[in-house]
Amino acid sequence: MMEKMVFGRYIPGDSFVHRLDPRSKLIFVFIFIAAVFLANNTVSYALLLAFTLLAILASKVRIGFLIGGLKPVMFLIAFTFLLHIFFTKEGDLLFQLGFLKIYEEGLRQGIYISVRFLVLVLMTSLLTLTTSPISITDGLEVLLNPLKKVKFPVHELALMMSISLRFIPTLMDETDKILKAQLARGSDISSGTMKERIQAVVPLLVPLFVSAFKRAEDLAVAMEVRGYRGGEGRTRYRQLKWDWRDTTALLILLAVIVALWFLRG
Amino acid sequence: MERILSLQDVRFTYTPDDPDSRYAVDGVSFDMQAGEWIAVVGHNGSGKSTLARLMIGLLFPQEGTVGLFGDTLTEDNLWEKRSQMGMVFQNPDNQFVGATVQDDVAFALENNGIPFEEMTLRVQDALKQVKMDTFLDHEPQHLSGGQKQRVAIAGALALRPRLLILDEATSMLDPQGREEVIRVILDLREKTGLSVISITHDLEEALLADRVVVMNGGRKFAEGTPQEVFLKGEGLTALGLDLPFAMRLSALLGEQGIGTEPGTMTERKLVEQLWTLRSNR
Repeated sequence: MMEKMVFGRYIPGDSFVHRLDPRSKLIFVFIFIAAVFLANNTVSYALLLAFTLLAILASKVRIGFLIGGLKPVMFLIAFTFLLHIFFTKEGDLLFQLGFLKIYEEGLRQGIYISVRFLVLVLMTSLLTLTTSPISITDGLEVLLNPLKKVKFPVHELALMMSISLRFIPTLMDETDKILKAQLARGSDISSGTMKERIQAVVPLLVPLFVSAFKRAEDLAVAMEVRGYRGGEGRTRYRQLKWDWRDTTALLILLAVIVALWFLRG
Repeated sequence: MERILSLQDVRFTYTPDDPDSRYAVDGVSFDMQAGEWIAVVGHNGSGKSTLARLMIGLLFPQEGTVGLFGDTLTEDNLWEKRSQMGMVFQNPDNQFVGATVQDDVAFALENNGIPFEEMTLRVQDALKQVKMDTFLDHEPQHLSGGQKQRVAIAGALALRPRLLILDEATSMLDPQGREEVIRVILDLREKTGLSVISITHDLEEALLADRVVVMNGGRKFAEGTPQEVFLKGEGLTALGLDLPFAMRLSALLGEQGIGTEPGTMTERKLVEQLWTLRSNR
């Protein structure tokens, strides 16, 4: 199940989108999310959808893979679609079966909302699919840098993010190991009543927490020994480079927003 | 010869407020010259790891002094001294800070404010030294324990340290990983004349050292070349330490009336003696 998930996964590659600077991608996605709400008629929604598909093409991520991995979201989209269809009672009656009545306006609203949802999810997934977690962290650190003026601990936040990201697989492995060790001793978390299941999680959680503390301590010592003294006076190994691609991507987005503005009804 | 490290009557306890507390390290002194390899051995709770922490300034002794590169280690010169030494710990997972191999090796360089161009060169260089230069973008979960430890060593080497401390760096590895790591260190030492302190349970590893310090109950029990130390056979086994495989075998052979030279420590020497014995008969 985990293997098919697309959220937060990174697939290394070498495409136009992959080579963009994480900063431009982050800015792009944030502006895009806001821009989606500009669309309010068929032409503008079509433009959004086309633009998203174009972005996916440019990233060389397989569309089938993307859609397949978004199944849980698809369910949500289908659900909102149906809600809109059945509960909006405006415009001409299109179809009637017993007490089910589908109106023109309902169908339109349903499609609009689904497209809006789909476009948002696809674009944000594209961000995580084409950007390694560590470059997202780097990008965020640089983008948040102005906040240092108001004493916001930007470096500390970025460090915490990158360490958490690095330890996710390690802790997953560990959880799996503890789960199996407890299974071997006769603990069972996949059956029983709700209460029994919750109780069975305790022998999994406690060792996991204890080992996380131990890890944190070891890591802190190892960092100190290697001369870590906080953000002051550090240089950076990973360099961010803003080139023509990034400017182009943001210019294209600007063009799309201008177009959306004029297409608004 | 330059004196890299000198401990003088170092005493340390984790509970200084308790008048009858036990000292984790109790009056230990020894010196180390540049280019030496010293192995510190002892059973669990003998104060080995505390000793390592005192050497790199994670802990400060209540009495006595720790001297590094000619100066006494103090709170003021701590970071400057630390930038000239590297330390590798036991658990390969818990000391991997970076998201990928190259980020991890660069971590210490970033902390010390090394400029970017220099950093890329040093990262490459350090990874080449431990033969991991083709793994630049690998993530820690895709490496074996031995490979992770080699990356940790590279991370320490990137700073070009004069002293490398291995705090049971091979104890969580399988025999193959352990051998990889030891070979890398032997190699480095030969090429760069690095000084190494290895704190270890593994007696075969201790045999490779120039000098062995045996710890017991926080005190220094014995010090000398591996030859000298392991000849105290009886004394060591009484401390709960094991003897190297070749020595145990030669003792057992002795019981069977096959006399090999006392103090045969390596398998190679033992084999040599056995075949000369056989062909002399």
